[in-house]
Amino acid sequence: MAVSSLPTPGLAYADAERPVAPSRAWRKLARNPAALAGAVILLVVVASALAAPWIAPHDPAKQSLIRRFTPPVWTAGGNADYPLGTDQVGRDILSRILHGARISLLVGVLAVVVSLLVGVSLGLVSGFVGGRVDTVLMTIVDITWSFPQLLLALAFVAALGPSLVTVILVLGLSGWERYARVVRAEVLALREKDFIEAARAMGLGAMRTLLRHVLPNTFSSIVVLSTLQVAQAILQEAALSFLGVGSGRTYPTWGQMIALGRDFVTVAWWLPTFPGLAILATVLAINLVGDRLRDALDPRV
Amino acid sequence: MTPFIVRRLLRLAVVIVGVSLVTFAILHVSGDPVALIMPEAPEADRALLRQALGLHDPLPVQFARFLGHVVTGNFGKSFFHHGQTATALVLERMPTTLTLTAFSLFLALAVALPVGIASAVRRGRALDQVATGTVFLGQSMPVFWTGIMLMLLFSVQWRLLPVSGWESWAAVVLPTATLSTFTTPLLLRIVRSSMLDVIGQDYVRTARAKGLTEWLVIGRHALKNAALPLVTVIGLQFGLLLGGAVITETVFAVPGVGRLIVGAIRQLDFPVVQAGVFMLAMIVVSVNFLVDVLYLYLNPQIRLR
Repeated sequence: MAVSSLPTPGLAYADAERPVAPSRAWRKLARNPAALAGAVILLVVVASALAAPWIAPHDPAKQSLIRRFTPPVWTAGGNADYPLGTDQVGRDILSRILHGARISLLVGVLAVVVSLLVGVSLGLVSGFVGGRVDTVLMTIVDITWSFPQLLLALAFVAALGPSLVTVILVLGLSGWERYARVVRAEVLALREKDFIEAARAMGLGAMRTLLRHVLPNTFSSIVVLSTLQVAQAILQEAALSFLGVGSGRTYPTWGQMIALGRDFVTVAWWLPTFPGLAILATVLAINLVGDRLRDALDPRV
Repeated sequence: MTPFIVRRLLRLAVVIVGVSLVTFAILHVSGDPVALIMPEAPEADRALLRQALGLHDPLPVQFARFLGHVVTGNFGKSFFHHGQTATALVLERMPTTLTLTAFSLFLALAVALPVGIASAVRRGRALDQVATGTVFLGQSMPVFWTGIMLMLLFSVQWRLLPVSGWESWAAVVLPTATLSTFTTPLLLRIVRSSMLDVIGQDYVRTARAKGLTEWLVIGRHALKNAALPLVTVIGLQFGLLLGGAVITETVFAVPGVGRLIVGAIRQLDFPVVQAGVFMLAMIVVSVNFLVDVLYLYLNPQIRLR
């Protein structure tokens, strides 16, 4: 008790080291037009993913051989009922893109949650415990890093049988090492700080020190890394679908639409073009917001 | 310095065993690979395949045998491809993949170095803003889609270049360009940021104060020090680069290792998948090792320790 009531300089230091307050970060974010545009695009994508069944003009799986290869509405032969045209079996491209947003976002976010849980805990332990544990964990990181991530994901998804859960788990488990690296580096830097020593001197257990004092100080890095990782995961999911081991054959995904479009690239340019633009817009939006978040949350800048 | 290399070599050996374990796991992760490979075959045939793959032994025994095979470069025979050995199939296609990767890396460097330097020197000006914007755009594009869009323009619309293949110089252009759109933003970002770091340093100011021309200051003093992070990033991101090559090969039907593996994955041709994945990983491992050693020579701070 006596110790905790003393105004220790270490604890004052802890306050200064905390990440920038969220409200200030948000204001900094809002002042940047590119980031704002990113945020707006992202909102539109999330909204269309959530509302897809109600706002999509057609059933994404409904085929119509009479309507196949209808070009977009602004070109000759276009039909206002199918604004972005139809594919090789007459399915509405706009409706399929709206529904595809669901898979992209779902896989992107959940894969990152898996990476985050695994990577952050291993990074914390590795940095805080150090010694042999650190050597072993960092060797595992090195091993994971040695594979072309996409190739490994591809092989494991195929071996486990393609499904939504498999894709999420495999992408999540192949992307954790970034978190481990970043969190470990932060913990190593934090470990020497006075307020951590103070916490230990006060008799706090290792676990408590780790969760109450070390972890919160890594939050801003984790937030920034996570936004950028969601963007990466969306690109990876699209690549897996494109290569034919995606999340499912029944539900439309952007990558799968582009793969089908590739086969008809000489007759119907709109087939691969629009789903790709959807990916580009989504990933670009996340990257813009993430980059601005980095500037806003990083106290060094 | 020698202990450093010895330590790195030891670590290298451990990483190679780890890579083998992960490659080994590809076949076993599903529980029963035979059910996956021949789902409708009668039990007698399955038993034969199990026998051939040695699946009856306990896993550690199987892994030990696999390690032995890895050392001798024997991953078994392909289930398809007229029973050629998986190793031969992969090795045959390796030069194509490495050529594609090297070409695109050169192209990316040729763009990223001058643009990144100019961008850093004239920070905040029009060129810098265009470059930074393009980096963002480039990093947000799926490689396979970029490839298809280039194909749409140059092969379908203007009929300048072939749609696919690898037989002529013209056929090499689009895959190289596609892979470069993936690599260039990565490198440009690093060149720009490390140049920005270096330009603010005292010795660059000193060089300027000595009256050296801007060209000499940048070329002789700044660039030399900005090269270190660039080398590191190329090494660290080599896996990413090969991943990009795999996709690019699939889009343009380039007969490389990537296309072979993707095809083998679809057919569940496990020996080829394992051989391909392992050998590509070995390339990444060796590049990382080389970068580590190179780093040692480029960075006197480590060398002296």
